[in-house]
Amino acid sequence: MANEVITEQLTGAQILLESLIKEGVDTIFGYPGGVILSVYDALYHTKDIKHYLVRHEQAAIHAAEGYARVMDKCGVALVTSGPGATNTITGIANAYLDGYPMVVLTGQVGANLIGNDAFQEADIVGITRSCSKHNYLVKDANDIARVIKEAFYIANTGKKGPVVIDLAKNIWDQKAEFIYPETVSLEGYNPTYKGNLKQISKAIQLLCDSKRPAIVSGGGVLSSNASKELTELARLLDIPVATTLMGVGTYPLDDEMALGMLGMHGNYWANYAIAECDVLLAVGTRFNDRVTGPSSKFASGAKVIHIDIDPCSISKNVAANIPIVGDAKIVLQAMLEEFKARNHEINKETKDKWFAKINKWKQQRAIPEIQSEKLHAHMVLEKIYEYTKDYEPIVATEVGQHQMWTIQSFNFNQPRKLLTSGGLGTMGFGFPAAMGACVADKNRLVMNIAGDGSIQMNIQELATCVEYNLPVKVIIMNNGYLGMVRQWQEKIYNQHYSQTQISGPDFAKVAEAYGAKGIRIEKEEEIIPALKEAIEFPGPVFLDFIIEPMETVYPWVLAGKPMHEVLLSSKED
Amino acid sequence: MQQTQHTISVLVKNEAGALSRMVGLFSARGYNIESLTVANTLDSKYARATISVSNCEASVVEQILKQLHKLIPVIKVAELNNENSTTLELVLIKVDAKNETGELLKIAETFGAKIIDVSPKTYTIQAVCDEKQFKSLIELLRPVGIKEIVRSGAVSILSNNMI
Repeated sequence: MANEVITEQLTGAQILLESLIKEGVDTIFGYPGGVILSVYDALYHTKDIKHYLVRHEQAAIHAAEGYARVMDKCGVALVTSGPGATNTITGIANAYLDGYPMVVLTGQVGANLIGNDAFQEADIVGITRSCSKHNYLVKDANDIARVIKEAFYIANTGKKGPVVIDLAKNIWDQKAEFIYPETVSLEGYNPTYKGNLKQISKAIQLLCDSKRPAIVSGGGVLSSNASKELTELARLLDIPVATTLMGVGTYPLDDEMALGMLGMHGNYWANYAIAECDVLLAVGTRFNDRVTGPSSKFASGAKVIHIDIDPCSISKNVAANIPIVGDAKIVLQAMLEEFKARNHEINKETKDKWFAKINKWKQQRAIPEIQSEKLHAHMVLEKIYEYTKDYEPIVATEVGQHQMWTIQSFNFNQPRKLLTSGGLGTMGFGFPAAMGACVADKNRLVMNIAGDGSIQMNIQELATCVEYNLPVKVIIMNNGYLGMVRQWQEKIYNQHYSQTQISGPDFAKVAEAYGAKGIRIEKEEEIIPALKEAIEFPGPVFLDFIIEPMETVYPWVLAGKPMHEVLLSSKED
Repeated sequence: MQQTQHTISVLVKNEAGALSRMVGLFSARGYNIESLTVANTLDSKYARATISVSNCEASVVEQILKQLHKLIPVIKVAELNNENSTTLELVLIKVDAKNETGELLKIAETFGAKIIDVSPKTYTIQAVCDEKQFKSLIELLRPVGIKEIVRSGAVSILSNNMI
């Protein structure tokens, strides 16, 4: 007895929370339920973790993603089994496609009941296998600490993404020794960070020899915080930069070399520059079809240098001539060193011709077509941008016309200021993501720009915002339609507006009913006073802008068309 | 379309769900796995899977190889071909015993096959063969009267310890 070392035994629920604290977690978004009551009981006794009770589990995941995007840190969500867990799927898939780190803790029925169709049982490991970076089922309290350590490591490294941990009920009261591992050992998981130096050297040579180079900067640049390196490289080598939707903010838009966003609703000149470039440097993008159109016709005359941390992204959609697997920041740093060390020369003369061409394309802008008494989307959003820009706000969006109008009206000069669902295109993402952003950066102005369709997908989070006083300013571009779909019907489906006219409540009244502020805006002169009132109000606000219903988003490249077939108005085919 | 056979060898951690993760990559793309064998390696911490697919474009196979490698429990992935590996499978064939046995024995002998079970109505033949040998064996046995075939699926090994 005398020699026996007595180590502290904790319950599984305590081990879970202690492990999270070891990972630096102080914020969780979640929703309790039957099989995770023990965890909520342990939470009740800890002051180190603040739990935000959402009103729907999907919102917990989007909020965790918004938090992760702003904090550059892993988001955490906690939900119960069965419906609690299945409600998270859209959020997990969203974080997976956009590559943001997250650990999702789902409750599971006791290990002895798994597979018995028990009450609130769902095979969440099976369901999330294809939409998470990795997942675990934990049936023994002795595994909790190791699994948490591994999950955070996997979520935060390589191409970041969500990791799901399904935790069986029987582990909560099981006692085990708590030793938090210092390191992880994952034999099959070794992300490549440093690019191949030979490839980097070849890439620099190719860029220096090019006559019409262009860069596409994607979400990977944001994820690895490589904006500075990207900007330096572009300026040193005189290369214009287009960004993908996920890369918005990675290159300052007020810069001469900025092309803005490319793609289906990208700038005319961005799409033309990419279509006609001779060397394309793509950084941290997986060449989504909304960026490339038919990939065989994308940048068809260009040699492609593709930097990505995920080998699967390279030559998946667009064949790379010089593939470089690695972290954007580390590879770009190596490229800068290579350029500076070798006294490479750039042909200024050919570059001047290239820029002259781009500047000519820059005259090609979409012109608003509809004249009406109603508010116009661009006018409203430009006023909002001008009025709020000095606050350097964080802007979340939902998905649809308002999302594209926001990109067009706001100059995002910094990364992590736009929170938008790019890969999955999730309506209902913006409001909870903005909520997570408020939690992450309490003193900053956070707006969610929404449509009247999307806001109704997670409108219940008004209660969460009111309860925790998360002062999200929700801008509703209310046109009474699922506008983006209506726009497709107008152009492609003979104006058959099938199921796209959508009614909604009086949003200002809804906000008031929840205890938030609601303002309805119908006239131009009401815009600035409403914004002033909204920003001065210390809590959440719904600003319901009644806008022209038939307005459309241009430029527009119709689905299936090559990216340089940019339409600037509805009169073009 | 050209019939293309691909054999993929995967060294994977021997844990619950690992197989499902691998197989999911094929089913999610609508590709049918022709055969699949999995068993422990010498070190029971790992398992070796041999996956055969056909009618799968080379670019898709390349993407699947990368995706397989991306799976956390997967240690190594390699595509095997006739030049770098040996591929065999075990086939059990039940044939009609009503006919004369001489012909049957001759066929079996040619293919190095054995008769492992005899009943008044059937013989069961065991053969170890590659795809080509399997096809000829079946053609020769067809006139005898094949009642049932059970195949193990292909297992492959690299010729000189390349994986």
